[in-house]
This record gives sequence, structure tokens and C-alpha cells, in this order.
Amino acid sequence: MPEMNMAKAINLALHEAMANDERVIILGEDVGQDEGVFRITEGLFTKYGENRVIDTPLAESAIVGTAIGMAIYGLRPICEIQFAGFDTYNYHQLDSHAARFRNRTRGRLSVPMVMRAPCGGGIRAPEHHSESREAIYAHTPGLKLVMPSGPRNARALLHSAIADPDPVIYYEPKAIYRLFKEEVPEKIETIPIGQARVVREGKDISIISYGACMQAALEAGERLEEKDKISCEIIDLLSLAPLDTDTIIASVKKTGRAVIVHEGPRTCGIAAEVSAQINENALLYLEASVKRVTGYDIPMPYFSKEQFYLPDALKVIIACQNILKDSG
Amino acid sequence: MPRTPINLPEHIEYLSILNEHAEVDTSLEPALTPENLKTLYRYMLLTRRLDERMLNMQRQGRLSTFAQTFGHEAISLGAAFAINKDDWLVPYYREMAGMLYRGWPPENFLLYWNGFEEGSVAPPGVNDLPFCVPIASQLPHAAGLGLAIKIKKEKKVVLAFFGDGASSEGDCHEAMNFATVLNAPVVFICLNNQYAISVPINHQMKAETIAQKALAYGIDGIRVDGNDILAVYTATKEAVERARNGGGPTLIEALTYRLAPHTTADDPKRYRSEEEVAVWQKREPLIRFKKYLYNKNILSHTEEEKLEAEINLEIKNAVEKAELRAQDKELVDPLHIFDYLYAELTPSLQKQRQELADYLEYKRGSGY
Repeated sequence: MPEMNMAKAINLALHEAMANDERVIILGEDVGQDEGVFRITEGLFTKYGENRVIDTPLAESAIVGTAIGMAIYGLRPICEIQFAGFDTYNYHQLDSHAARFRNRTRGRLSVPMVMRAPCGGGIRAPEHHSESREAIYAHTPGLKLVMPSGPRNARALLHSAIADPDPVIYYEPKAIYRLFKEEVPEKIETIPIGQARVVREGKDISIISYGACMQAALEAGERLEEKDKISCEIIDLLSLAPLDTDTIIASVKKTGRAVIVHEGPRTCGIAAEVSAQINENALLYLEASVKRVTGYDIPMPYFSKEQFYLPDALKVIIACQNILKDSG
Repeated sequence: MPRTPINLPEHIEYLSILNEHAEVDTSLEPALTPENLKTLYRYMLLTRRLDERMLNMQRQGRLSTFAQTFGHEAISLGAAFAINKDDWLVPYYREMAGMLYRGWPPENFLLYWNGFEEGSVAPPGVNDLPFCVPIASQLPHAAGLGLAIKIKKEKKVVLAFFGDGASSEGDCHEAMNFATVLNAPVVFICLNNQYAISVPINHQMKAETIAQKALAYGIDGIRVDGNDILAVYTATKEAVERARNGGGPTLIEALTYRLAPHTTADDPKRYRSEEEVAVWQKREPLIRFKKYLYNKNILSHTEEEKLEAEINLEIKNAVEKAELRAQDKELVDPLHIFDYLYAELTPSLQKQRQELADYLEYKRGSGY
């Protein structure tokens, strides 16, 4: 298969899922004729029509609530929330219902749905178009949460999310939608939800990240290796709920040092949980305290200053150098 | 236990005073002085020219993605003209005309769409809330402002704007019901431009009008020609007087058409025909209002040219001011991203602020 960018890979996965399973239905704002504001649903409305690709009225809560009903009835809805910044409207439906129906009915009813939403900053968008609220979903029992970092894993993760018997939030880091291309294999792949990936092996420090921040993590890893001869092990979490603690712990036991990188706010963020897992499971292996390179505890600034809010390679490098200094 | 009709008040009026051919119904014409009419024209033209300049700037890369006001000028301006300075205006993001009239400087809009919070700061003496992006979420605030006015026994009113897409959101329904039940002095004005990005109004709802939804809340509703500033002004004035005198909310649906794309990032060719746009192009509000003023001998060619020149200069100055302010130390200092979150910077944010300061200093001196 040719090389493609992440937007195209997500679109490919949607085409494959629609073709393979007629229970798969897409619904959301502007997903039909307009093919999504980021064109992620390109070609689907033309191919499958308004019965399977539904342009809804403008109401996020009803989009998710309706998807819940459809999922209970046996369909496999994939809803698109146009920007993650607006998904607080439908958070209530996710927390109160999507996440609970299985538990509430002792397994009698379930909600196999996917909520897709473009998340994160870096595209100079207006207010509410750049949020990274993944921690809220990771903090909500009953939901699963994945975030791809490139074309190949984006396609695989979306297939896993659609096949999952429970509600999955599929957050799309929009800054990398069209940032780079990657070869995507002919055959449909999946990545087990709850499985991280070691993308680069190393021995001095573990850099743990996900989504768009993988770019900063990888760049930092390369520069540290070249300039400072620091060997970095880089982990792409891919799933944020459930978290692959085994991979994290195994890495930290090997390197003795960890930096966690994400653009969502710091307090009670994903890095806080990863850090707690390290403390609980690998404390005696640590050569220095764990560091977090994250967004600050403020709303995403209007875009003239978003670059200062976002983690970058240099912030990661500084954190790594400080850890190395602390541990001698 | 019969099965009989329930007699609901079911009249919903449509108001048009100045039609697209600039013909005026003199029996409905509002009592506006020539000076009033000139003021309206001035702000309508200022908004149009500023919007055009912003589009040029956007294409030159001097402005980011923005939502054009083109074709919507009559609604927020006609409505804002019907309230007092100390009343409140609650916009979504297509009310530049009314806000300019209310005293928002043009440079605020340039700063806002260029990613500066400072664009959201109303000048002293202007009560209005800033633009609101999450659809319909401003409407409960309008109900709250209105309720506060009532509790304080003041005689002010709130104008709250929303779009046709917003009418599908829960917040819209909740706000109108709250304002009605609590008898808050709020006038809800729907800019029905018939498109929520790509979704046309007949796919947004199956009701014939937005105005008729007023019946469900138990308030007055009216549909007006949103391209007719005289109709918008007249309907708003009536609603404002009712609200000011304890009569509660009104729902005004101002029917217009989104001639421009949703934002500069949108491509309407994907979902609507150019023929459809052409039909509405002829109905846009500025052409007919200008003709009306000419017909009344309120405006002459000389005056028009003078006004264009004045506005051109005003916009030129605003662009210069906005671009200067965008380099202002106060506006560009990255550390200010922390300073307005709480009344007082928390110890934890103080540390994060220092962390960013250290990083910036390191960056300046580093080889990276």
C-alpha cells in the first residue's frame, strides 16, 4: 500500500470498517456532504449514503447520546465530535451512560461505540479548538481511551476501537494529521487496546509520551543521543486507558530514569498517573525523581502564545539533562 | 373526558419594512431621524469594509482563520441600536456590526482573530460579553445577566444572539426556558443564516420557523427579515420595551443568509450551489439600505464618498494599531499566559511560570 498521512489512514480505516461491517454507522456535524471539517470522512457519504453517514443537527450531547442508543441496539456507531474542545457538552452522556450501561445492567446491555475527536493545539486555531482533555476520560471508569501518533498506528488503533465491545474515545492529534507520511500495510492491522510500544530502545532514560508529543520525544531522543551521548528509550503509550503499566515499568527498571511528556495540563494529567505507577512499582530502581514535561495548569492560550504552552523537544531535553545531573 | 383542541396562541408574525428593492412600507417605518439613519449606515459600512479588509489580511497571512460578518450587519446593528449604552449585549461571533456601534474598537476584532486574548476585552463603559465559541453556551449567561438585573431591580435589558445551528443545542432551550420562567429581561435574537457550516436549516430542524419555538416557552416570537435593518430595529425595540417593563423575554428570528463561508477555512462549494448564493446576494442588507437613504435624500454621492474615505482611514489606523499592539511587550510576553487565570496567582502556577521563564532564558542561550 502507498505511503499516506494520518488523516488519510484514519479515513482508510473508516472505509474498511464500513465495508466490512454494515453495523458501522458514522454520525456527527458536517461528516456527510462536507466530509468533515478535516476531511476525515472523505468519500464515505457518497459511497454509503445518508443512512450510514449521518449529518446530525448541532448538538454534541445528542450525538453521543444517540450513539449510545444505537450501540445498545446492536449497531457500531462512530461519532465525530468536531473538536475535542466541544466534547464537554457530551461528557455527561459518556460518563453517566456510555461508561456505565454494562455495569449498571450487570452485562445485559453494552455500548460498543467510538467517539472520535480532533484534539490538541499547534494549528493556530481559535479558542476551544486546541484542547487536550484526555485526562478527564482516563479518569472516567468505564471508558477506554486511545491516541495514535502516526498513520500506521492510527489505522490499527481505529480498527481496535471499532471492534472493542466497550466505549472507546479515539483522540486524533490534529497537529499531525498531515505532518508526515508512512507506509501502511495492505492487510488490516490492529493494536491491542492497553498496549504501549517501545519505539526506540535505550538504556539511560525512558521518555514516555503519546500523540503529537511523540514528535518532541523523538526529536529530543535523537539530539540527546547525538550531542550528549545519552541513550534514550522512547515509549509511545497509544492507549491512555487502560494504561500499559508493564511496558512502562519494565523500561524504567532498565533505565532508572523517566520523563513523561504530554500537552494536556499537568495536575492530575496522564503523566501524574504514569508517575504514580512508577512510584508504586519501580521506586527502588529510580536513580532520580520522575519529571513531567506537560502543558501548564492553564487553559490553552489563544494561539499567539500556544507555542509557549506546548511541550517541545528542548523542554524534553532540559528535563532529561536535569534528571541525568540529579542522578550523577 | 373529551378529545378537543387546546387553543394555543399560534400567531407568529413576519416583519419586513424595507424590501430587497428598497421599497419601504411607510406605515411600518420606524421613527428614526436622518442622523440616526446616517449613524446606522456608517456602522453598517464600517463593518462591511472592515470585514473585507480582514479577508484581504487573512489571504496575506496577516490574520488567521476568522468568521466573516458579511451579510449579517443589519441584525446585530439594528438590534444594538434599540438598546441603551448601559444595557448588555451577549454575542456569539457574527455581531461585529452591533459591537462596533456599542464602542468595541475595530482593532479588538483583529487582535481576537490573531490569537490575542486582549481582543476579548471590552473597552471601559461597554457592558458586553466577548465572542463565545462553544455554540449556544452564551445563552444561559444572558439569562443570568437578565436575572441579576431583575434581582437588583434595575431597568436594563440583555440582547442575546445565537445562530440557527445553536437552536439545536440544549443550552439554547434551557436558557430560553430559564429566562422565561424567571422572567428575566432578555431578548433572544437568532441569526438564522440557514447554514451551520454545511448543514442547511431544513436538516437542522423540521419546524418551519425558529420563531415559532417561542410558543413552546410561552413567550412572544417574531420572524423578521434579517437583511432589513428597519425591521430588525423595530422588532427589537418592541421586545426591549416589553422586557424593560417586566414583560419577560422575546424570541426574534432574523432570517438572513450566510453569503460567506462559515469561516475562511470552509469551502461552501462542497455543499451548496452558487445559484442559491446569487439569489441571496441581491438581498444583502447594505444595498437596499443605501438606496433607501438616497431615496430619502439623506445620503448623497459626495457624502458617501466622504464617508468611505473616513472609514478607510479609520480601518487603516485600526490595522496599524492592532499590528503595533501585537508587538507590544505586554501582549507578547509569554509569561502573561499565567497571570489572569485567578485573581491571585497560586503557588503552583507561580512555579510553572518560573519554569517557563527559565526555559525561555535557557533557550536564548542554548545551541538548540
